Amino acid sequence: MTTLTAPAPSAPVDEAAVARRAAAKNRRRVKSVIFHTVAIIATVVVLYPAAWMVFASMKPNSDIIGNTQLLPDVWTIEHYVSALSGIGGVSFWTFFGNSLLLAALSVVGTVLSSTVAAYAFARISFPGRNVMFAIMIGTLLLPFHVTIIPQYILFNNLGMVNTYIPLLAPKFLAAEAFFIFLMVQFIRGIPRSLDEAARIDGCGHARTFWQIILPLMRPAIVTSSIFTFIWSWNDFLGPLLYLKDPSLYTMPIALRQYVDQTSVSDYGAQMAMAVLALLPVMLFFVVFQRFLINGVATQGLKG
Amino acid sequence: MASTDPGVVAAPGQPVPAQHLQRTDAETPLLNGPQRKYSRSDTRAGFAFLSPWIIGFVGLTAFPMLASLYLAFTDYNLFTSPQWVGLDNFVDLFNDPRFIQSAQVTAGYVLLGTPIKLAAALAVAMLLNMKHRGQGAYRSIFYAPSLIGASVSIAIVWKVMFTDDGIVDRIQQVFGIELGGWVGNPTMSLPMLILLGVWGFGAPMVIFLAGLKQIPGELYEAAECDGAGPVRKFFNITLPMLSPVLFFNLLLETIAAFQVFSSAYIISGGTGGPAGSTMFYTLYLYLRGFQDFKMGYASAMAWVLVIVVALITAILFRTSKGWVHYTGDER
Repeated sequence: MTTLTAPAPSAPVDEAAVARRAAAKNRRRVKSVIFHTVAIIATVVVLYPAAWMVFASMKPNSDIIGNTQLLPDVWTIEHYVSALSGIGGVSFWTFFGNSLLLAALSVVGTVLSSTVAAYAFARISFPGRNVMFAIMIGTLLLPFHVTIIPQYILFNNLGMVNTYIPLLAPKFLAAEAFFIFLMVQFIRGIPRSLDEAARIDGCGHARTFWQIILPLMRPAIVTSSIFTFIWSWNDFLGPLLYLKDPSLYTMPIALRQYVDQTSVSDYGAQMAMAVLALLPVMLFFVVFQRFLINGVATQGLKG
Repeated sequence: MASTDPGVVAAPGQPVPAQHLQRTDAETPLLNGPQRKYSRSDTRAGFAFLSPWIIGFVGLTAFPMLASLYLAFTDYNLFTSPQWVGLDNFVDLFNDPRFIQSAQVTAGYVLLGTPIKLAAALAVAMLLNMKHRGQGAYRSIFYAPSLIGASVSIAIVWKVMFTDDGIVDRIQQVFGIELGGWVGNPTMSLPMLILLGVWGFGAPMVIFLAGLKQIPGELYEAAECDGAGPVRKFFNITLPMLSPVLFFNLLLETIAAFQVFSSAYIISGGTGGPAGSTMFYTLYLYLRGFQDFKMGYASAMAWVLVIVVALITAILFRTSKGWVHYTGDER
């Protein structure tokens, strides 16, 4: 290592400066070692439950409890075989497909409704806009408890319980203020001169939105889509309230059913099912992590 | 950080975190300005673009809120029409030991869990802000649990890890701690759920980290010249400069902590046990409303919670004037 930097010790250099630089470099290196030590310990602590879940799903049942070992002695895929065989006569892929369908439709609904709402808040002047914006932000702080009972009564009276409509309606009606807020912030960063140029060319709001703003909003749309997908995929209370028919169940509800039905000691199959239920979320995270983290960071900072 | 925002009006009943959530764009005309005329086509377009949100707000939020306020004063079981009972539900609430317990469990969770989670988030954010290589990778790893922490999968994992003779029990036995499984132990089940909440520290951490990066380095250099040590730098520079972000995290994490449901439901098998130790407010509301079909009672619970959350929000905003510092204007 040193051979690269050391060939000129005889050259006329300021020795004091070299020494100072070396000391600074040393200090930096010590700090770096401390940083990585602490960060790696934290990583192990944080990742341990997830790693334990994955490895437990590949251990024989007798090794999951009463064992501190992380890695399996004997590797097995039997738990995945029984998880994939379905629950109560309904195939695993039905649940998986249901979750996928709901998540995909949720993304479509959220993107459609939130982008237009954000455009209105960010770019159109009309009476009552600021009051409505404030109300919208206020809904961020509203506990959901206060609406679930009347919403249930409403959907029950409309005969929509046991359909996906109660789970999708809020998405198509821009109920998630977080995404509107994220998109408003984003649109405010787009130069107004673009809108004005479009206006001069005779574009109304519909065309300005569709041809100018929407294409430029891609990062905000991607962030919102991923969050919507993950939140919809993980949602437990909504499907618990509204879905009664097992053939409509989503993964989290099926998973709960599975835990209730399988014998208490069949931990392996429960772990396998848990891993399968998280797989799409983790995949999305690995692919889109930068969008997610940037979205979260702007949420707290912009303004 | 924006300081004050003249364009924002507080929503009725609830203060709005205008300073944190909205920034007035210099180019956006202030609509509440004196006698500004709105063009008719703009007004029409505005309401057209906003119509999904307006329908959603009226149909899924405003109307349901009023309906639940009415239901709170009735007996309603979903099948026969509501019977007006006046304040009976509220009187019953405060004489219901299970309600009192659910309020205590949730208060314990909020008061212990939120500060621990935020402290962990801040500590790790400061570690990552040391700007060494690998910072981005660590940030991603630490963020990941916050995406899955509230999922059914992780609740099941927690349940198995903390069960009798499970991995946590085995590890504590190594240290000579004879607690047994935390799941079945009424004193340990809440700490177990708090740990699960703290595990999701990644989201506030990312926000802290973004805030830390905006603190100008010159401030620390100047403080070093004046002979300030790391502790003084933390209390006199980092904390005040970070206070708007801290306030934002505190507000949102507190409100989120009131709403924990699925982990408690899964881990206790929907019972809130053992001995009611995981009977979260949300869980009890769910059981009353959707298992006992006491929808009036559950609505009364919901409104008590709304009032409590509104009070906490108001108190946070009131006290924030004393400890949240905004640095001039941002542009």
